[in-house]
Amino acid sequence: MNIIPKRVTLFSGHYGSGKTNIAVNYALHLAEKGLPVTIADLDIVNPYFRTKDSAEDLKTAGVRLISSAYANSNVDVPALPAELYALTEDKSRYAVLDVGGDDRGALALGRYAPAILEEGNYESIFVANFYRPLTPTAEAALEVMREIELAAKIPFTAIVHNSNLGEETKGEDVLMMEKEAERLSEITGLPLLFTAADARLSGVLPEAFHLRLQKKIT
Amino acid sequence: MAKVLMKGNEAIAEAAILAGCRHYFGYPITPQTEIAAYMAKRMPKIGGVFLQAESEISAINMVYGVAGAGLRVMTSSSSPGISLKSEGLSYLAGADLPALIVNVQRGGPGLGGIQPSQSDYFQATRGGGHGDYHMLVYAPASVQEMADLTVLGFEKADEYRMTAMILADGTMGQMMEPVELPSGETRTFDKPWALTGTECKRPHNIVNSLFLKPETLEVENFKRYERYAKIEETEAMYESYLMEDAEYCVVAFGIASRVAKNAVNEARANGMRVGMIRPITLWPFPKKAFAEAAKTVKAFLSVELSMGQMIEDIELAIRCARPVSLCNRAGGMIPTPEEVYAKIEAMVKGE
Repeated sequence: MNIIPKRVTLFSGHYGSGKTNIAVNYALHLAEKGLPVTIADLDIVNPYFRTKDSAEDLKTAGVRLISSAYANSNVDVPALPAELYALTEDKSRYAVLDVGGDDRGALALGRYAPAILEEGNYESIFVANFYRPLTPTAEAALEVMREIELAAKIPFTAIVHNSNLGEETKGEDVLMMEKEAERLSEITGLPLLFTAADARLSGVLPEAFHLRLQKKIT
Repeated sequence: MAKVLMKGNEAIAEAAILAGCRHYFGYPITPQTEIAAYMAKRMPKIGGVFLQAESEISAINMVYGVAGAGLRVMTSSSSPGISLKSEGLSYLAGADLPALIVNVQRGGPGLGGIQPSQSDYFQATRGGGHGDYHMLVYAPASVQEMADLTVLGFEKADEYRMTAMILADGTMGQMMEPVELPSGETRTFDKPWALTGTECKRPHNIVNSLFLKPETLEVENFKRYERYAKIEETEAMYESYLMEDAEYCVVAFGIASRVAKNAVNEARANGMRVGMIRPITLWPFPKKAFAEAAKTVKAFLSVELSMGQMIEDIELAIRCARPVSLCNRAGGMIPTPEEVYAKIEAMVKGE
């Protein structure tokens, strides 16, 4: 994948679109290129599946993880750690932000938005999965995009296509929705950066950004 | 119909809409909040009502109102919220009103925590609130079943004029799986008792759970239990897995059954004749399946995310004819397949 990475990369989208998986894999991808990377879990919505689930993989790759002390615990506190300010202050490191789902989740981004906009070296990516029930079409996805932008106070600059049906996804399922992703790119005027797919599908989808998925409970 | 990727909570919400439910009253609580969030987005677009009440108690009483008017209605919550609703559950039962209640369980007692649990088993299967009554209790073990049992729950609730509960857990609510949504065809039932307006053409109906004469109240209770007896006879559902030649039987429902299945497969691969019975209805409990299994099986192992609440129903169903051991985690923890396997091995060795 040949994308010139921006200093700050934000991943947002409808919850369950696969943001966390893509953010984790993108951070690992930057680290593999030898870049200093910090990944931050800004998710104040999802109680169970979190960036922290990949803590070991990230540590091995040398990616710094900033996550709520309460993630994966029994406490339901949508608190964000103070260290998050380091993301905008320390410009020597690349920052990957895993933003919470929907407009409710993106609200947390609002307080870092002024600094990110001022620095002006960011990519704000909308992750689209057209197999999710509330975003089956480009138009429905656009509606979610607008809601998120309003809450996050940062406009989107790019789209990543991540249509999948979980573990059952076949190559053709991804390809079938490629047209919808292109349509979303067309109606928003934003570039389609890449299509992501489970690494298991790399044979049928050689061009895709291949994801190593987080472990499942059962 | 094409598959979509859904969270368990979303599947319940969409299935409810497909079953004709246009009234949802709720109050947010992790890990079921996606049901309310989904309803908030969808209901206004289809002419339905989404209302976030000021409390769980308000929400369940709004359910009572719409149920009394004869319309399909639901509420959802997680463990502590269901405790708050239990007064309303009892009133619904006392007035013979059909409604769908969803409990996406979390660890307890008290405020407990937000991680998954099955420790509201007693509360659900014994009715929840005060008085002599039961609810139909369905325990889905996949996102697909979250959708399918929601539709069935609405239908059976109407058929028997009683509350149906979807007893899920945090993992089932949060996990994402491909699902084929129900068709939208659903069985409906006449509700001549509903408060729909007399138009001065018939005597007025009364929906009430207060009976001034004990003789009348007794009759109401007897009639209700005649219905329950019929339900126990006809509505029990379960999945039987590798039970044909089984010498040992694992029992688990919901998320625990998914973990247990892996352990059963491993035990089979190592030559142990183990099968599994997965209750799909927890009330009525599939007693006959267990009584039948007890004729050939040497021992049972109950796998639960609680301190062993279902064990009592297994022992009752088999009249304590065989030993029943327990493999459990509590407080939001889930047993690993390895832990279940170790317990299966211990059971087979007669430990």
